[in-house]
Amino acid sequence: MTPVLTKTYGTLPLRRAEILRYARCPNGTAPPLLEECIAEAEATAEPGRVCYRIFDLAERGGALDLGFATTTSAALRRNLQDCRRVLVFAATAGLAFDRLISRYSRLSVTKSLFFQAIGTERVEAICDRFCADMAQELGGLRPRFSPGYGDLPLALQTPLTRALDCARRAGITLNESLLMTPSKSVTAIAGIIPNARETTAQTAPCAHCAAADCAYRRDT
Amino acid sequence: MNLRDYLKTHYILLDGGLGTLLQAAGMAPGELSERWSLTHPAELVKIHRDYFDAGSHIVNANTFGASPLKFAPDELERVIAAALENARAARESSRGTQPKWIALDVGPSGRMLKPYGDLTFADAVAAFAETVRLGVKHGADLIFIETMNDSYETKAALLAAKEQSDLPVFVSNAYGEDGKLMTGASPEAMVAMLEGMRADAIGVNCSLGPKALFPVVREYLRCASVPVIFKPNAGLPRVEDGRTVYDVEPMEFAADVAALAAEGVRAVGGCCGSTPVYIAALAAAMPQDAPAPIPPKEETVVSSYTHAVRFSNDPVLIGERINPTGKKRMKQALVERDIGYILNLAAAQEEAGVHILDVNVGLPEIDEPEMLETVVQEVQAVTALPLQLDTSDPAAMERALRCYNGKALVNSVNGTQKSMDAIFPLVQKYGGAVVALTLDERGIPEDAPARVEIAKRILHEAEKYGIDRKDILFDTLTVTVSAEPQAGMTTLAALREIRYGLGCHTVLGVSNISFGLPGRDILNGAFYALALENGLSGAIINPGSAAIMQSYHAYRALHALDARFEGYIGFVGSLASAAPVVSTGDVPVPAPAAVSGATELQRDIIKGFKQAAADKTAALLSLPEADPLAVINEEIIPALNTVGEGFEKKTVYLPQLLMSAEASAAAFEVIKSAMARSGNSGVSKGAVVIATVHGDIHDIGKNIVKLLLENYGFAVTDLGKDVPPETVADAVCALHAPLAGLSALMTTTVPAMAETIRLLRARAPWCKICVGGAVLTADYAAQIGADKYAKDAMETVRYAELICTAKED
Repeated sequence: MTPVLTKTYGTLPLRRAEILRYARCPNGTAPPLLEECIAEAEATAEPGRVCYRIFDLAERGGALDLGFATTTSAALRRNLQDCRRVLVFAATAGLAFDRLISRYSRLSVTKSLFFQAIGTERVEAICDRFCADMAQELGGLRPRFSPGYGDLPLALQTPLTRALDCARRAGITLNESLLMTPSKSVTAIAGIIPNARETTAQTAPCAHCAAADCAYRRDT
Repeated sequence: MNLRDYLKTHYILLDGGLGTLLQAAGMAPGELSERWSLTHPAELVKIHRDYFDAGSHIVNANTFGASPLKFAPDELERVIAAALENARAARESSRGTQPKWIALDVGPSGRMLKPYGDLTFADAVAAFAETVRLGVKHGADLIFIETMNDSYETKAALLAAKEQSDLPVFVSNAYGEDGKLMTGASPEAMVAMLEGMRADAIGVNCSLGPKALFPVVREYLRCASVPVIFKPNAGLPRVEDGRTVYDVEPMEFAADVAALAAEGVRAVGGCCGSTPVYIAALAAAMPQDAPAPIPPKEETVVSSYTHAVRFSNDPVLIGERINPTGKKRMKQALVERDIGYILNLAAAQEEAGVHILDVNVGLPEIDEPEMLETVVQEVQAVTALPLQLDTSDPAAMERALRCYNGKALVNSVNGTQKSMDAIFPLVQKYGGAVVALTLDERGIPEDAPARVEIAKRILHEAEKYGIDRKDILFDTLTVTVSAEPQAGMTTLAALREIRYGLGCHTVLGVSNISFGLPGRDILNGAFYALALENGLSGAIINPGSAAIMQSYHAYRALHALDARFEGYIGFVGSLASAAPVVSTGDVPVPAPAAVSGATELQRDIIKGFKQAAADKTAALLSLPEADPLAVINEEIIPALNTVGEGFEKKTVYLPQLLMSAEASAAAFEVIKSAMARSGNSGVSKGAVVIATVHGDIHDIGKNIVKLLLENYGFAVTDLGKDVPPETVADAVCALHAPLAGLSALMTTTVPAMAETIRLLRARAPWCKICVGGAVLTADYAAQIGADKYAKDAMETVRYAELICTAKED
């Protein structure tokens, strides 16, 4: 077990196609209003912030002991097969997006949709970069897996955010429904690949999800 | 020894980290450290004693997270009592000879306040109040609010501390690398708010190492007239040979922190990663002499939750548009609780360049205290400008001041005893700068010296409440020259004397000067320029007035307040481009929907040109015998249908649908204003109540549904997000609404939706219920008893039309 460590990320490259996908506008061209929103978001953007900790895995009475909580999730167990340690992290794109979304949800629904999409893309970009960095540092990571995916209960959010001292380290808090503020935040667990022979998995991110008619589903 | 007295003439040494030491002693990750007060008292006593032995005057008890939001009532009292008891045992057994105090440590609640989170301000205050009450009961010497990264939560904690105790209160915030709180506040804004609420000492802790926090601490020293606290981390943690180490060593830490003490910081200590060794080093490094007295700062400042606005020689613009006086459309918006209309006024004035927004919702037919509180909170969700709270009702003023996030401008007090008795206690409690009108029981004096005399009396009375003269701004009252030709000169003479004789800042509402005369803008602009030249600090104005804005920019340019004339040149440039061209914000995606055969207005709506749609609508309405209903039915609705059908056929994407909807909303707004002027409130197709259900905070889908329903002529009551079932039922019953729309995005909140439906069936059996949201399907909707599952906003509109036409038949 490590202490809670943090990383911050300045400007990461923006992936417009992803933003358009989140905005339900999959025709590939960004409308001028979106460019305006991107500029506004960049003007108020905060550095992305990640707090993380590495825990040892253990088997405890048929359940998986993650070091900060135990779980019986079969999907997570599959995901962590053969791993002895896990990287647990919380990442956020910051409250700037909540401010923009709050403002425009009252003034322009189109803009609030775009800010939702930009914020989602931003926090995903932070997670992707962070996991790539950590994969390098730790010798390989399994795909990240979040509370609420498959049979991994959302209730895991409470011990997870506590163990990572999220409020203090990253400014992430939970509400009564276990949703995070800032809303553009992600918590996840990634298995650390035990030996160097296995490379970081490259399967399609949606391949194992049962929601076949999801509007955001990706084939690659 | 009395801590407040000691603080006046001494440095105070605080303690260092606690959590780090408890983890080193074996506390598990995620364990609530406050429980250790009960289970491991010896470890706690030892840590506290080590700090006292190292020289700490104040040790924080182990109550950082002791909140009723985390602990059941009986356990809460036990952990607080034990934590304070452990600290007392440490104090008694310490060999240190310095005076020693024990603080009730109050950290963040762990929940985010509205509008970004789900905790209401009142609930936050209540939670902190319970912690403070127990701390006082179990013998704390002071309250130490720390590591707060949200200004609003800080206010809630400080308010609770002040309301529940007379103990000294220290308030310390956690700043990020950008020098701001997570929710955006600058140090200057925090100083303004916390000093206004009379914290005994204020400052900075946690987040970073000493050097990284120097700029923030120096801002505190520049702005604050009260003692400043500095309690940084020992740098950042890293893992070395399996051990956690912090990257700033004790000697370096002590030298850095002591250097800031020499610059004026009064209370010093450490946060995460610091230990008794650090505090002992710091004690040895502190300046030997008694600290210099803190120079009082004379700036007149108000603040929002992000920044401060300072009154100075550079004129301040206060936007006056949120005020129903003489504005029928605004009155209608208040009566109909059309908060969106008010928020658009706020955003438009911000874009026009005002620095502060006046908020006045006084109308005899509404509950003003409730409405002012609502509007203040809603406006603060939309704009970061500081607000001027404008009401003559002290009850409304208190509600607004209480919920305001920052240090407000209070409008107003006057020289009557009654007014001062009502307003000054509020300012004493909540902070604020006050606009004081130079009138009294005898009315407005006709000459300037008498107005100045009233100003002096007001200052004298304010002093009794400890309200500094820097926090009083005088309004020498503008009266129309058409009734009294000397009126303008009298106002200016009083203004000059107060600004340069008494040395106080001034505020005027400018536009009354021209009442009853033609070409009012001309007189207003000239009077504003004269007032600026005679010492006006802030003007309450309409930023849409060209003459006012011309005077403002010209004055700044001519008084060398506008570096490189950037403001002036930008303003002149905006005049040139003010011709009705489409702003970049209105350029849409080329809509694939067919636009041939459409009228000009229809084309603008289909393409999502907001401003053009509004302008064309205004042009249509200005024609002789214009019929607003015909514009709606023959122009707007067909255009909307074109786009809506395109969306249903998947030739139009969601953003395009929304841009068209916003353009038609802009057209509707023009029609509404015209109808309000002619006294016609319009007709609606039917009432629809919509809400995101309890526990769910996703509201974009619901907002889209609202926009489209309004476009199609429904009177939508939007209850917002995270709405309890009772609130939905109450609204449906009150309006006898034929349709309710419920949204849920998470599987975990579908039960709340089912619960809402059950309650609606019991209390409003006439009401049809339409549901939507990512996790729902038609089957699922039927299972929980809904009448209809709508897969998107257009389908909701079609259903609403079905229901409401059926009702008519």
